[in-house]
Amino acid sequence: MRLTEPGRPPGLALRASGFFYRRPVARLLLLLLPGVLWLLVIYIASLGSMLAYSFWRLEEFTGLVVREFTLRTYAQLLEPANRDIIVRTAAMATAVSVACAILAFPLAYYMARYASPRMKTALYLVIIMPLWSSYLVRALAWRQILANEGILNWTLERLGLDPVVRALVGAPLVGGPSIVQSYIGLFIAFVYLWLPFMILPVQAALERVPPSYLEASGDLGAPPWLTFRRIVLPLAKPGLIAGSVFTFSLTLGDFILPQMFGTSAFFIGQQVFVQQGVIGNLPLAAAFTLVPMVIMFAYLLLARRTGAFEAL
Amino acid sequence: MLFLYFPLAIIILYAFNTQSSLFTFPPPGLTTEWFGVAFRDPSMWAALRLSLMVASLTTLVALVLGSLLAAAVHRSRFFGREAISFLVLLPIALPGIVTGIALRSSFGLAGVPFGTWTIVIAHATFCMVIVYNNALARFRRMSPNLTEASADLGASGGQTFRYVLMPNLATALLAGGILAFALSFDEIIVTTFTAGQQQTLPIWIFSRLFRPRQRPVTNVVAIMVIALTFVPILVSQLLTRETAERPREGVRGRA
Repeated sequence: MRLTEPGRPPGLALRASGFFYRRPVARLLLLLLPGVLWLLVIYIASLGSMLAYSFWRLEEFTGLVVREFTLRTYAQLLEPANRDIIVRTAAMATAVSVACAILAFPLAYYMARYASPRMKTALYLVIIMPLWSSYLVRALAWRQILANEGILNWTLERLGLDPVVRALVGAPLVGGPSIVQSYIGLFIAFVYLWLPFMILPVQAALERVPPSYLEASGDLGAPPWLTFRRIVLPLAKPGLIAGSVFTFSLTLGDFILPQMFGTSAFFIGQQVFVQQGVIGNLPLAAAFTLVPMVIMFAYLLLARRTGAFEAL
Repeated sequence: MLFLYFPLAIIILYAFNTQSSLFTFPPPGLTTEWFGVAFRDPSMWAALRLSLMVASLTTLVALVLGSLLAAAVHRSRFFGREAISFLVLLPIALPGIVTGIALRSSFGLAGVPFGTWTIVIAHATFCMVIVYNNALARFRRMSPNLTEASADLGASGGQTFRYVLMPNLATALLAGGILAFALSFDEIIVTTFTAGQQQTLPIWIFSRLFRPRQRPVTNVVAIMVIALTFVPILVSQLLTRETAERPREGVRGRA
């Protein structure tokens, strides 16, 4: 019911409002179209063209992309060198996600259970800040911290722990010429950078565990570890999954950190970067990009089924 | 906590380092000469200008698209509503190289020349979700009666928007806008694939990393990046602080 003055015809603005109020579909389309069109035309179509590129191939002699259907690029993907890259990246992503989960859990639990509201707000701010800012700057900082002549080794020498680190860095598989140039350094940098992405969803999930559940479990005679394993952990699972979606995805696609840290062995991101930029083999770059995408798609669908997105 | 903030202190410390290629701890001496070197470098200024411009444009686009989508999803039930949340989340949930290579290949196919606008398009695609989430969270806490009441009192859609919706949404949009700005300002992975020959500030920093000389200059610029992203984000978090008891509003990941 409109309360305009009787006898005066409503102005254009009002008529338009009325029109859209009576036609929710038109209103919906007006609100929906810009964003959806943007995402479909630009993003989804781009994913499509990336898919198309992965089925084309690079003509080695001319350096031009041949636009005809072929599976040759995918065959290249399965060559041992490239397979190693994929396995290496997935292993690092798994290790980083697990480490983040282990480090994040106690803090998240403290925030959800014991912290006073003021403390919680403060902690929350402290955690959220590095999540949003200065990714490259913080990576840069770790390069300087882990440098051979840097503060880490300085501290360790004072503590007399430097032989331990030297042994670690000298170890086969994970080691390298120095901390910065070993998988250990890369691992530290990854865990550090992605940790906030794990803490927040886990904390959100733990927040929803009613304290009465824990008391009930205790009253029924369950020792703390059993309560943890049977009550807390299952209820925290959506948070852990949501967090790992981020840590896993971020690690799989990163090419900045593996360039700054680690050995000369490539990760997926670096291979994509080099194939696209230096070699100009966009088809192989596209095929490589599909690997983390397929992994993440499967993971996201799985995560959706467990209801992890409500815990974000 | 120390673990999270200590590295930034290191960045600041080494910006004053008298050594130009090593990170000896403790630093042998302190100097401010690197600030002068950084400020005299025209390529740094060009990169800073480009980054500021891209981040501003990205924020604008993300604000418009993100809040419209949030309004649509909040107000109506329709087929594919769930799919939209998924669609908006996708560019940020998938690894950055996916967005980067995907846009790189479609720009290439469509013959779009790489430049400032290609970066903005790429950034807006993954920044939209931040505004969307912030606006949606605010919409959900707003009473639906407000807009109804406004319409009943004879307000047009424009008036309702101006006097009812905006005052309620303002802080959420401001917070979302600031986060989108910071995210865009800081982004390097997607940018690498969509920038063409231009350098944004993060790309400028990255390109200097592997040169052994004048390393503290990079730290000086890094301090600028910290200032330009840290402070606004702090502001944005304080803006949504009224929601401290439900602190999930501003938080969704980035990739």
